[in-house]
Amino acid sequence: MQFAILAMEAEADYADRIDPDHAEAYWASWAAYVAALQDSGIMSAAAGLQPPGTATTLRNRGGDVEIQDGPFADVKEHLGGIFLIDVPDLDAAMAWAARCPAAARGSVEVRPVLPPMS
Amino acid sequence: MIHRHDPVDEALAEAHRELFGRLVGWLFRRDGDLQAAEDAVATAFAHAVTAWRAGGVPGSAEAWLRVAARNAAVSAARRRTREVSVAPEEMTGMTASDDAVAEGAPTPDDVLSLLFVCAHPAIDERLHAPLMLQAVLAVDAARIAAVFLVPPATMGQRLSRVKIKIRDAGIRYRMPPAEELPGRVGAVLRAIYAAYGSSDALIDDPGGDRPALRDEALRLAEMMVALVPEDPEARGLLALLLHTESRRPARFGEGGFVPLASQDTRVWSATLRRRGDAELRRAAAFGALGRFQLEAAISAVHSARAETGVTDWQAVVTLYRGLLQIAPSVGATIGAAAALVEVGDVDEAARMLADLPPSAVAAHQPYWVCLARVEAARGRHVEADAAMRRAIGLTTDPRVRAYLVGRSAQGLH
Repeated sequence: MQFAILAMEAEADYADRIDPDHAEAYWASWAAYVAALQDSGIMSAAAGLQPPGTATTLRNRGGDVEIQDGPFADVKEHLGGIFLIDVPDLDAAMAWAARCPAAARGSVEVRPVLPPMS
Repeated sequence: MIHRHDPVDEALAEAHRELFGRLVGWLFRRDGDLQAAEDAVATAFAHAVTAWRAGGVPGSAEAWLRVAARNAAVSAARRRTREVSVAPEEMTGMTASDDAVAEGAPTPDDVLSLLFVCAHPAIDERLHAPLMLQAVLAVDAARIAAVFLVPPATMGQRLSRVKIKIRDAGIRYRMPPAEELPGRVGAVLRAIYAAYGSSDALIDDPGGDRPALRDEALRLAEMMVALVPEDPEARGLLALLLHTESRRPARFGEGGFVPLASQDTRVWSATLRRRGDAELRRAAAFGALGRFQLEAAISAVHSARAETGVTDWQAVVTLYRGLLQIAPSVGATIGAAAALVEVGDVDEAARMLADLPPSAVAAHQPYWVCLARVEAARGRHVEADAAMRRAIGLTTDPRVRAYLVGRSAQGLH
């Protein structure tokens, strides 16, 4: 079964990315997580995202396109990375979600992927 | 919610601790429906909260609860068959003189039989511990779900389904015959160990530290020793949990995770250590060695550093060899390999790890921690680094991850 692991990172996680004291450990944790997914042969896609400040949000309402500088909602946690994995069941997907570095301070969402559209 | 500050609430809490499982087992013995039994006993306790607070603790709490649980069960059965039910106010007015329902009062054997039902060979082994925790100790399904890392609703469904199976497949209350007893006790002990939150011989290594129901598991282990006092393995499990528990305060300090070898032994609990040692001696007196006694002995060797200042790694190696003979497991192999590195036998350690099936270790964090150590001891630093990275990626506990990342950054394994 295909699942998406959505790593919702906390503000502190984004701060660690550029903090000289914490950046090395931050990136080492993610590199190890991605390597473990890869070496286990279950990962079909992965994307790490630039911080929420780099987001641009669009809405199309009745032909008027509204463009907003920044993320779509003002929340404490923002999507920081996406992983698509293929594992037997939800239990296995949850075990991988629990290992995700974002789970320590942010949250990690697990969602089954829709079957391909015919 | 029970607040423990007045005698009534103390009595309620104590009755819940002591009698919940016994009453569930007793009702299950009568009609073979585990869910109905649990619901009825929970209802009885809910009524007790109101009634005892209003009218004081009855002379025999057990008899009061027995009557209330029995009535709740009858009332629920009637509701299921659309008959008139007993009103709650009728129940709270009851006294223990309703001995028409005695039919043999609940006994400790009711708890033991209930444990055997929960760890029945016909039930998926992964559900043994959740069933026990719910039926015997009334642990909330959501807490159980958190420990076993499944969504609460999923855990609830799994438990409901298995209870329907118990009812409909005719898994009934009975004491296993003498020749089956050790095996059935073994299943109960394994489930208690799983509830404790580690099924790994590398319990003190950076093998994560998932949330667990440690207090509950310890209570179940103590119950088992009381219920089957002649079973050395039950005492072995209790000794193992006591030793592990005695060192727990030292695992996480101000600065994060502290591995066993670096732990300050003054932080370990001497009281629990002595209890663990005493339990292990009692187990040994039966002269029948088993898996849990060996694991407890390994744990005791580690604990002994508090008194001797050193770890007898040769003894650890010997004990692991014994464990691998009678109960081979991935965890025991990893433990043996780690101990072999300590006595300088790195080649055998590497051979042992290489013999493990790849599918069993692919996502098993302790294996990669151990492999990193073995490879580093053999001077193969590239392989050690790769294994360490894999271990970090497989780590669940953020404190353990931070520790491993720090070690890795310093080039240590």
